[in-house]
Amino acid sequence: MSDVATTLATSTLANGAVAPVRSVRTAPRPRGPTEDSPAARAVAIALAVGLLMLFLLLPLAAVFVEALRKGFGPVIEALSHPDALSAVVLTLLVAAIAVPANLVFGVAAAWAIAKFDFRGKTLLVSLIDLPFSVSPVVAGLAYVLLYSTTHGWFGGVLDAAGIDIIFAVPGIVLATIFVTFPFVARELIPLMQEQGRTEEEAALSLGAGGLRTFVTVTLPNVKWALLYGVLLCNARAMGEFGAVSVVSGHIRGLTNTMPLHIEILYNEYQFAAAFAVAAVLALLALVTLAVKSFLEWRHAGELAATRRH
Amino acid sequence: MAFRLVQPSVLPGFRISLGFSLAYLAVIVLLPLAALLSSTLSIDGAEIWRIATEDRTLAALKVSFLTALAAAAFDLPLGLLVAWVLVRYDFPGRRLLDAMIDLPFALPTAVAGIALTALYAPNGWIGALLAPLGVKIAFTPVGIFIALVFVSLPFIVRTVQPVLADADREVEEASASLGAGRLFTVLRVVLPPLLPTLLTGFALALARAIGEYGSVIFIAGNIPYVSEIAPLLIVIKLEEFDYAGATVIAAVMLAISFAMLVAVNLLQSISRRRLGHV
Repeated sequence: MSDVATTLATSTLANGAVAPVRSVRTAPRPRGPTEDSPAARAVAIALAVGLLMLFLLLPLAAVFVEALRKGFGPVIEALSHPDALSAVVLTLLVAAIAVPANLVFGVAAAWAIAKFDFRGKTLLVSLIDLPFSVSPVVAGLAYVLLYSTTHGWFGGVLDAAGIDIIFAVPGIVLATIFVTFPFVARELIPLMQEQGRTEEEAALSLGAGGLRTFVTVTLPNVKWALLYGVLLCNARAMGEFGAVSVVSGHIRGLTNTMPLHIEILYNEYQFAAAFAVAAVLALLALVTLAVKSFLEWRHAGELAATRRH
Repeated sequence: MAFRLVQPSVLPGFRISLGFSLAYLAVIVLLPLAALLSSTLSIDGAEIWRIATEDRTLAALKVSFLTALAAAAFDLPLGLLVAWVLVRYDFPGRRLLDAMIDLPFALPTAVAGIALTALYAPNGWIGALLAPLGVKIAFTPVGIFIALVFVSLPFIVRTVQPVLADADREVEEASASLGAGRLFTVLRVVLPPLLPTLLTGFALALARAIGEYGSVIFIAGNIPYVSEIAPLLIVIKLEEFDYAGATVIAAVMLAISFAMLVAVNLLQSISRRRLGHV
């Protein structure tokens, strides 16, 4: 388009030489047949930006403004409270178990689904996405019905063995694993399906073992998608509320994660403290978004097709 | 050949990777859902019907469903507009805007819940502006709607965006060259093929909104029969040790989720067959 514009913008001088006419730069470029009018464009952009500011950015701003309403003092005080610290530790612990567990599952499932052809594959892929369509509260309840010492399937066995799952840390970990179950797998499967298996077959035919093929051929091909999945998985694991709320029992200092701690503080009208903890999680969300955008921008070609925007 | 379960391959590790995946899937996802199902079935049929049709249960399901429907319907044009702006226009800050779309995915729901309450409560930033006009948002179903608009917006944008980016520009050129105006081209040529995608996004947004809990309970006010959502009723029943009540409501919600999931898959297969993309 710009070539055409430059050609049009040259004029023949009296001596026959062709020289570019500088002033033509300001002339409006003719609108392409599939372009919207500048007015429509401006209105659409303004409307989209305005509505996103109202619905997305304003709540985010509210978190930080409410947290810092009385300065940094109360924020530090709220975050250094023993209950807050134990909530942070528990949140990190839960994520440190749930994310690697789903990472191993995601890699195994993607390897089986993307590199082999077998019956029931479509069903398996649908089942992997299942936790996304189950309400977190329903998921929490399902775990209660399985492991509660009074009402669960395995209640009798667990009670006899003296193992607490519900209203204890293992239940929180399990509920978190459930809600973050699909994240890594759904990033890897489409990408590895796209990549096919020719590179692995070449490596094997050249004498590499299975493990070596996986580590030196497959893994480097999917590393950014893997990181992308882990990132989303971690954000959800640290922020999960509904499922964890049902199985936690809200025992202060023992089974309260950061989101649950926010709820308790908020319900006790300790708004500044609640927003201080919320601000930490909001910062985590911002870091997640920044790294995610960086991956989409810098490593677009190495992510699944739907992420390349 | 046709009855072979697995196509032969030189790649190793099929048995162990599939075996582990299936075992993990069974323990983490299928077993709890089976427990929910069997617990429901162990309740007497008449009792299930009584709990499912209790006034409070029906009211909560109605609130959940109607607010979710309204939020998804509101997000549909908004999501399409945002996807259009992000795909078709280049402007300063586009990348930032694009990154911002996923904020509701990344921000924990409890954080979103208290932030929205701070904005829309009668003494909040926006609530204080609306209070003199007699408009109440927080602690009414409108507050639930606002929270659900927040959590479900990315589903529509992220579903429509890649399809719109891949859309064939040649048909638009053809339409324009045949003399159609820009508005006519957009409405009659560009948008109709997007319909299955929009419906998929709508269904995903709706499914998420119906099950949403964390961002809603702070802003809803949780008044029984008025602004009490179904997931909250499950939690309340559990706290009252009414396991049967909680189980039945959860089973009803699960049935709704599955119906939505089937609808999404159906839409995607129709769209793939007719248009050659998801």
